[in-house]
Amino acid sequence: MAFVVPKETYNGKVCEVEIGTGPRAVKIGGENTLPFLAFEGSVPNKPAIAYEIQDVPPDDWPQTLQDVYKDVSADPVKWAKYCQDELGAQMIALRLIGTHPDRQNRSAEDAAKTVKDVLAAINVPLIILGSNNAEKDAQVLKSACDAASGRNCLVGKAQEANYKTVVASAMASGHKLIAMSDLDVNLAKQLNILITQMGFDKDKIVTDPMSSALGYGIEYTYSVMERIRSAALFQNDQTMAPPMVNDVGMYVWKVKETMAPEADQPSWGPVADRGIGWEATTAMGFLMAGSDLLIMRHPKAVDTVVKMIDGLV
Amino acid sequence: MLIIGERINVITKAQRQAMQDRDKGPIQDMAINQVKSGAGMLDINIGPAEDKGDELMDWIVKTVQEVAHVPLCLDTTNPVAMEAGLKAHDNTWGRAMINSASGEEERLNMMMPLAGKYNSLIIGLTLNKQGIPALAEDRCAIAAEIMGKAVECGVPMEDIYLDPLIMPVPFSQEKSLESIRAIRMFKELNDPAMKTVVGLSNISNGAPKTLRPLLNRVYTALLMYEGLDSAIIDPLEREMVEVIKTVDILMGKTLYAHSYLEM
Repeated sequence: MAFVVPKETYNGKVCEVEIGTGPRAVKIGGENTLPFLAFEGSVPNKPAIAYEIQDVPPDDWPQTLQDVYKDVSADPVKWAKYCQDELGAQMIALRLIGTHPDRQNRSAEDAAKTVKDVLAAINVPLIILGSNNAEKDAQVLKSACDAASGRNCLVGKAQEANYKTVVASAMASGHKLIAMSDLDVNLAKQLNILITQMGFDKDKIVTDPMSSALGYGIEYTYSVMERIRSAALFQNDQTMAPPMVNDVGMYVWKVKETMAPEADQPSWGPVADRGIGWEATTAMGFLMAGSDLLIMRHPKAVDTVVKMIDGLV
Repeated sequence: MLIIGERINVITKAQRQAMQDRDKGPIQDMAINQVKSGAGMLDINIGPAEDKGDELMDWIVKTVQEVAHVPLCLDTTNPVAMEAGLKAHDNTWGRAMINSASGEEERLNMMMPLAGKYNSLIIGLTLNKQGIPALAEDRCAIAAEIMGKAVECGVPMEDIYLDPLIMPVPFSQEKSLESIRAIRMFKELNDPAMKTVVGLSNISNGAPKTLRPLLNRVYTALLMYEGLDSAIIDPLEREMVEVIKTVDILMGKTLYAHSYLEM
């Protein structure tokens, strides 16, 4: 008897979400199989990667990473254009970290201006991220959403503490939304339910399971992602059907392996390569767990991950 | 568990009248309400429909799917009407289900080929000319005949929903346990397990009105524990739907969230 490849059957499908406008708009999700198992179903869109930039210079990034952007990172507009035009970024993720009360505490108006200026300079889709201060994000993201009206951005992160304002803002200006809960599959489901109960379309949500770096809890993120995807595909759970995003760079580039100089850790090898490897490997782990969108920092790490995606899709 | 809404039914006066008058309103309202309340499929029972049954089925399938984006369970003994319904059915939201074939030769020979021809799901009632066997083992024997016919007609095993038939507890108390046993045994007739369905409310036929919902709910929970895949019920009975959702949570079929009842 001829060998027949055993195939799993799935009941559900991940939502397809489009971000951005015009010819450079990007679609993510839409698959009805587990990651990279296209022979069992259909995978209409490859996982996408967004380059992370910030509204303020990245003083807290490791030196090897700062160096990559040293000529442009003082100005978010230049930085965005550099990523789009020189690095070939498919998407840009603008983190408004300068609005955090413990950082520069920039105002919501300042943040809105940055968003406007960056959007005027690029034609790839924009992800707008707050500073992860739930209270401040509620104001900042509202102004940012208004400023980005009509550009179909992906805005986040809506969390349990602030989802009502963030959802209302995204809804009013027609943006897509990142919903993040704290590494817990049941809380992720609950948040999606609460968001849709406000009248927000579930097809416009992207789930952030809360990321973590290799060696620093990646297995928790991985297992939450597996469970989210299983619920969507095997149980056809509509509340778990949104595609998933992983905020990779911000978790990776603060662990000691990406920063410790070779002089302190001779057996670890050159720090520059190590950081790139750490970010790429972390991102690859998330792809295997079903990630549809990665937010990353180092161009060489991005290139490595793109190769992996192209090799497997 | 898949909830098949039973409220579009020729037995109820308002629905019968609407079917006769080809009045879309009451039928579409009932369809929408049932889907909102948790039905994943709607039973469309037009009865024997001897006069122009095909026309009626064609009309009602299109009428319901115009507003309710779910697959339909077509319920008639008239094979011409059945075929008209299968033709009219929009598979965008899932395949149609034939309600039903049984171990009775004539009915089996009429309905099973339709399932093959239209690639639809089909309910197999485990009864034959002699009626419903008392023992679960004997219902399995009928199930095997239905499965055999399915193979002949090119209908995959996973498209068959076996129905052990539920008997009213007030009249035949010993049978309620037998139907539960039958569900368990049906599942073992194939790997992957055979799918199962019941017309639930018959369990409480003849019981006082105040008792019926309770009997229905508890019996559903017991059947679900044995792996029942779907049930034809009234989804407008909120407490019944809540029991189904809760059993699905407790059995790990649905992911828990604090608001699981609202989904």
